[in-house]
Formats: sequence, C-alpha cells, structure tokens
Amino acid sequence: MRLKDKRLNILEYFYIPPILKGMGITLRHFFSRKVTVQYPKVKKEIYPRFRGAHRLEKNEQGREKCVACELCATVCPSKAITIEAAESPDPEVEKYPLRYEINVLRCIFCGFCVEACPKEAIAMTDRYELADYSREALVYNKEMLLK
Amino acid sequence: MDWIGLGIIVAKIVFFLLVGFTAAGYVMNLAERKISAFMQDRLGPNRVGFWGLLQPVADIIKLFFKEDVVTDRASKVIYFVAPMIIAFTALSALAVIPLTDVLTFFGRGMAIQIANLNVGILFIFAIASLGTYGAVLSGWAGNSKYSFLGGLRSSAQMISYEVSMGLSIIGILMIFESLRLNDIILGQSPLLWGFLPKWGIVVQPLAFIIFLTAAFAETNRVPFDLQEADAELVAGFHTEFSNSMKFGMFFMAEYINMFTSSAVIVILFFGGWQIPGISTAEIVSFFISLGASEFFASLFTILLQLGVTFAKIAFFMFLFVWVRWTIPRFRYDQLMNLGWKGLLPLAILNILATGLVMVII
Repeated sequence: MRLKDKRLNILEYFYIPPILKGMGITLRHFFSRKVTVQYPKVKKEIYPRFRGAHRLEKNEQGREKCVACELCATVCPSKAITIEAAESPDPEVEKYPLRYEINVLRCIFCGFCVEACPKEAIAMTDRYELADYSREALVYNKEMLLK
Repeated sequence: MDWIGLGIIVAKIVFFLLVGFTAAGYVMNLAERKISAFMQDRLGPNRVGFWGLLQPVADIIKLFFKEDVVTDRASKVIYFVAPMIIAFTALSALAVIPLTDVLTFFGRGMAIQIANLNVGILFIFAIASLGTYGAVLSGWAGNSKYSFLGGLRSSAQMISYEVSMGLSIIGILMIFESLRLNDIILGQSPLLWGFLPKWGIVVQPLAFIIFLTAAFAETNRVPFDLQEADAELVAGFHTEFSNSMKFGMFFMAEYINMFTSSAVIVILFFGGWQIPGISTAEIVSFFISLGASEFFASLFTILLQLGVTFAKIAFFMFLFVWVRWTIPRFRYDQLMNLGWKGLLPLAILNILATGLVMVII
C-alpha cells in the first residue's frame, strides 16, 4: 500500500500552531508542582512490606530464635547466607547458629529467606541506606543481625 | 578627544563586558538549567549557594582547573584561535547596542551604548557572520569527523538563514528610513490611532516572525542547533573542545549571541528602551517635578530605561530557552527547506507588500 503525505496548509507548513500548543504545555509544567524528592533531607514514605536489611529475631529469653536448620541458606538464590551450626546450650533447642553471616553485597533482597524460615527467626527491616567503606563491613555477622 | 570622553568610553566598554559576562554568561547559564528543570517538573541545581545561585561559579572553577587536552592531530594554531574568534565576535556585536536614550550629564550627552554607528544594524550583521568562522574553524581544527560535520552544517545554515534574516528587516528599514539603531527606536515612538505604539511588530508582524525564526538559526539554538546536534554529532563543532575554558568560551559565546539577538529583536520590533507613549524628556521632567535635581533626574531616567530594556530582553532570552525545551530538532533537509523555500520567499513578499503599502499611503 502506498501512503500519501498529507498536504500541509500554510500555517502547518510553518509549524506555528503545534509549536504554540507545545509551548503552552511546557509553560504549564513550569508552574506546576515539582516531583523531585530532595533525598537526604526528605525521605519517601516506606511501606510495611518494604524489604530492607535483614534482622534476626530473638525469643523471650533473649536468645536468637534461629535453630540453624539452614533452610534460608538453601533457598537463597544468590547464596548469600552462611550458617555454621553448633549444639545449643538450651535443653529445649537442639541446634543454634554458631556463625550466621549474610553477605549483603550478594543479597538481592528477594525475601525468600524470610518466607522459608519455619521459626520466623529472620525478618527484613526498612533500613536501606547500607553503603559502607569496605567489602568486609558489608558481610553482616550474627551480632550485627541480632541488634 | 578629551580625557573625560575617553574615560567614559572605557567605562562603557567595561560595562558592556560585564553585561556580556554576567547577564549573558552567568545568569543565562543558571537560568537555562533552572528553566529546563522547571519545565520538566524538576528542581534543577540547588546545592551550591541559596537556590543554586552560585552553581555557575562552581562550574567556572571546575572548567579552569580541568586539564587542557589538545588532540594529537589537531591543527594547533587554529585550535587555539577558533574559540577566541567566537568569543571576540560575540562580544564585539554588543558595541552598537543602545540600552538607553541619550541623556544630559554635566552638559555632556550620554547613552549606555559604546558606538552610535550610522550603520549599526549592518555592523551587527557583519560581526554575526564573522562568528561563523569560529564555528567552521573549530570544526576543522579538532580533526574529528563529528566536529567537521558540525562545522560544515554551521556554515551552510548560517548562509541560508542570514539571507532571509537580512531581507526580513528591509521592511523595517524602509519604514524607519535609517540604519542607525537609535533612529529606528525613536521612529517607533509615535502612537498609531492614539493607543497602539508604532512598534516594529505592529507595522511588520510577518517580518517579526521571519526574523525570530532566523534568529534561532543564527544563534544555533534548538530547533536549529544542527551544528552541535548532540544525538548525532556528540557535541558538533566543539566536540574536541569538551574540556577547560576553551569550551567555556563557546558556551559563553552562545549566550552572548542570544543576548545580542534578543537585543536586536527588542530594538527593531519592540521599541528598544521606550515605554509606549512616554518620551525621554517626559520622564526627565516627571522626575524633576518630583523634586530631583537635574543630575538625579537623568540618572533615574537612565536606570529606568535600562530596566525597561533589560526586561524586554529578558523576555526574549526566556523565549529562547522556552522554545529550546519544547521543540525537537529539525532534520537537515527540513531546515534547508524551511530556510530557502519558506522564509526567503516570505521575506521577499514582505518587502513587496511593504513597498506597495508605502506607495499607496
């Protein structure tokens, strides 16, 4: 099929009406409310389901709820979680994590570890300002996660 | 020539250089970024100083401290001279722009204008065409295909649009019968039918549209910025200068050219420093009737006229920026079509029509 160009009339040939229309739009935006959020001073509202840095939950005795079943480490798609289990001093609990590390540089914040946990021992906080000065500082150990 | 006269001329040159560097370079640098940001619902630079007012200072410091990279295969002499040509021509066009009327200070007539040439408008056109050399030479000097294409486009575009620009103002020159900018401004003072100022835009509306379009092309602003078309040519003719104060010169020259173009539009079509219906003598006598001495009456008048001129010029500077952030760039063949097949015949038609009307009346 052959497409034919529409013949422009003299006003259209000089593009004047569309230019004026466009200038009207830009002028309206010139006076409209700006959408910029001035980040360090102003922060956006964080929703309850936001997935930020991890936290290990504690039970009533103030010990970690984690029983070192390693389900979270298994489900983790980016292999960010390392767990070393040991025999728990608590007679009610079989194991506890001697070492529990999350490499935040690897973590993709998918939240699968939270879903997989049978004891609700791991949760995600609303903390998202995670920058630091070294790679080592971004491998969170158990003490940091329990805080 | 007496010494006081010489001193006044030097003072005027310094004043115009300051206007060129601050009003055009500094204010427009910031204004362009702020206005573009506002039109895109952003806030623009607002970290350096209150409301980002010191942002250009930070930029200038950065440009001065950047390493001056000279391309290995550049033509070294032209490479250094080209930015100077651009900055020089941009600044020298300011010499004939009248910002106020002639007023009496201590029995000496003074206006904020360096040279009251009898061929003022021709001088501006001549200098503006010289500016093309800067663009063409810098395009050549960098020894890069992008800047070379940019330079070629620049020359072709300048030649095409200079013709319609020159022809569009002939109607104005026919009506006001002078090439001297001050005479053209004074010719616009009478009122038509008692209320409409006889401004250029009223008597020559078609010429205004043609001149405005050509002015966009002459200052290489969007929609006619084909010589630096960043989507196609990186940065066009100044690709190889994208560092140090040489780039700063191109940048500043663009804004000074914008200032000159706006000033010429204001002078030719919007009555220059005039407030419609009020003559300079009336303003002076108004201030004297308020109890000011003759010296202060002249001073206030000159400041008032300066304010009026700057307000009018500022509107057109805003228009330049406004259009830039609204319209997309023309394609090269569209640009040439519009120039040769659209504006040029219209400009000639305008001369013909003006002549016929003048014969009939």
